[in-house]
Amino acid sequence: MNWDLLIQLLMNGLIIGCLYGVVAMCFVLIYKSTQIVNFAQGEFLLIGAWVCWWFLTTWELPFIVGFLFTLGFMTVFGIALQVIVLRPMIGEPIISVIMVTIGLSLFFQASMKWMFGVNVQPFPRVFDTQTVEFLGFQVQTAYIMSLVISLFIMVGFAWFFKTSKHGLAMRATAFDQQVAQSLGISVKNVFAMAWAISAVVSAVAGVVIGIVNGVSDTLAFIGIKVFPAVILGGLDSIIGAIVGGIIIGLLENFAEFTDSQWFHVGNLYTIAPFYVLVIILMIKPYGLFGTKDIERV
Amino acid sequence: MAEAAIANDNADLMLSVNNIEVVYNEVILVLRGVSLDVPKGALVTLLGPNGAGKSTTLKAISGLLGTEDGEVTRGEVIYNGKNVANGSPDQIVRDGIFQVMEGRRIIEDMTVIENLRLGAYTRKDSNAEIKADIEKVFHYFPRLKERTGLAGYLSGGEQQMLAIGRAIMSKPDMILLDEPSMGLSPLLVKEVFEIIRTLNKELGITMLLVEQNANMALKHCDYGYIMESGKVVLDGTREELLSNEDVKEFYLGGGGEERKSFKNLKSYKRRKRWL
Repeated sequence: MNWDLLIQLLMNGLIIGCLYGVVAMCFVLIYKSTQIVNFAQGEFLLIGAWVCWWFLTTWELPFIVGFLFTLGFMTVFGIALQVIVLRPMIGEPIISVIMVTIGLSLFFQASMKWMFGVNVQPFPRVFDTQTVEFLGFQVQTAYIMSLVISLFIMVGFAWFFKTSKHGLAMRATAFDQQVAQSLGISVKNVFAMAWAISAVVSAVAGVVIGIVNGVSDTLAFIGIKVFPAVILGGLDSIIGAIVGGIIIGLLENFAEFTDSQWFHVGNLYTIAPFYVLVIILMIKPYGLFGTKDIERV
Repeated sequence: MAEAAIANDNADLMLSVNNIEVVYNEVILVLRGVSLDVPKGALVTLLGPNGAGKSTTLKAISGLLGTEDGEVTRGEVIYNGKNVANGSPDQIVRDGIFQVMEGRRIIEDMTVIENLRLGAYTRKDSNAEIKADIEKVFHYFPRLKERTGLAGYLSGGEQQMLAIGRAIMSKPDMILLDEPSMGLSPLLVKEVFEIIRTLNKELGITMLLVEQNANMALKHCDYGYIMESGKVVLDGTREELLSNEDVKEFYLGGGGEERKSFKNLKSYKRRKRWL
């Protein structure tokens, strides 16, 4: 047994799992408030990372400025997407809306390739020191940043939904749209807000992963990883999304460990989450925290 | 006949529904020319059997008709001199009309305080002012203050109180109440109606109340309308309605005339319809 490797991998798992959790939260946010299964979630990461990369390399902006510009861009992008593409779909059959999001996913992937090419592009150096010592392990600064940002976003979500007026309005809309309207909440605005928040937060995750691994269209694959996380946690639970994300992250890296030690299959890492997906759907189709009467798609 | 006697004094009118026709799904005609007037500060009640169109009338006023594929196809809803028919519900709440929907419809997975704060969604006031108003709601409904868990675990009566409290939080000029007595014990019905009357008097909130419990509603209202099959068939002040033989017969149980056998009563009812 190689204990050091195991611990290192589990730590990676925790960090990447938190990011999965954040993206899964964004997915659940859209699902809960608008009942749309967003297959283009991963593309939000991709677009966010490429736009930030473009600000930093072409415009040579300092990281923090480029990052803030990216967030601004993603806000507008999320609202525009909801207003232009998804608002006309309100009242259409759920399967049509899903087809639209799958279409969006393909469209965004292709246009990103067209605009930025197919090669992996590294981010300009963001941190002066590449690694820091943490509990006796050498940890990349970017990983620490990623963990801090993930936790920050989770606390932010909790604050938003517990105390802010718009968060409460969003929960009310998720509970019952007619009641929300009777309270004076504009459901259209809530939908637009949900897409904007989802796009912005996903973009943050995209930038973080971009800094660690470089930007390429494999980023969109995170959007697929979100499905096992969300199904595990329960399709309509924010807490479940975080827990599911972390479990999937840990599991992925544990699979990597067992694979490298004993099985030598080579790609257990990528497949393991989807085995979990299948098993969960068989034994506990509502996930760990999901409510029972959720419609499956 | 729906032209109310009090309607002559137009300056005091808060809401005036003029001959509205409502169609659901573009085919089902539900309201066939309903007119009613609600003077400022009054408690007006709207009675009638199931399916008469009482709730639809309220939804036509609050704009919630649109969420159920309904539409006002004729007539107008004049609120403070402005036609709000087919308006968006959130704008109508901002204008000061708040509907407490049938069946309470509180947000069950939120706490009492969160529900109340949502009532104040359209207000621009500071947190401190909203907190003060929550305390005010607790003053009228002391038993809500002790409930710290999720609103879904409240009893039916408490949920109804929360629904009314949520309405007060929006600082409305007018509340539309849809069957506040639904599913409550007689004692609670009495309590809820007394609170409604108190709110009407103390806060000066105009109320339009839809009820099945005609006894209670007529006891507390200033003016009443009776609907049947999508039309207003009778209207009058509280005293007029309470002394009307037909109202006594159909809604309050038993008429003032000589006693009839059960068989006769039934056939009499069948013959004597308003429409």
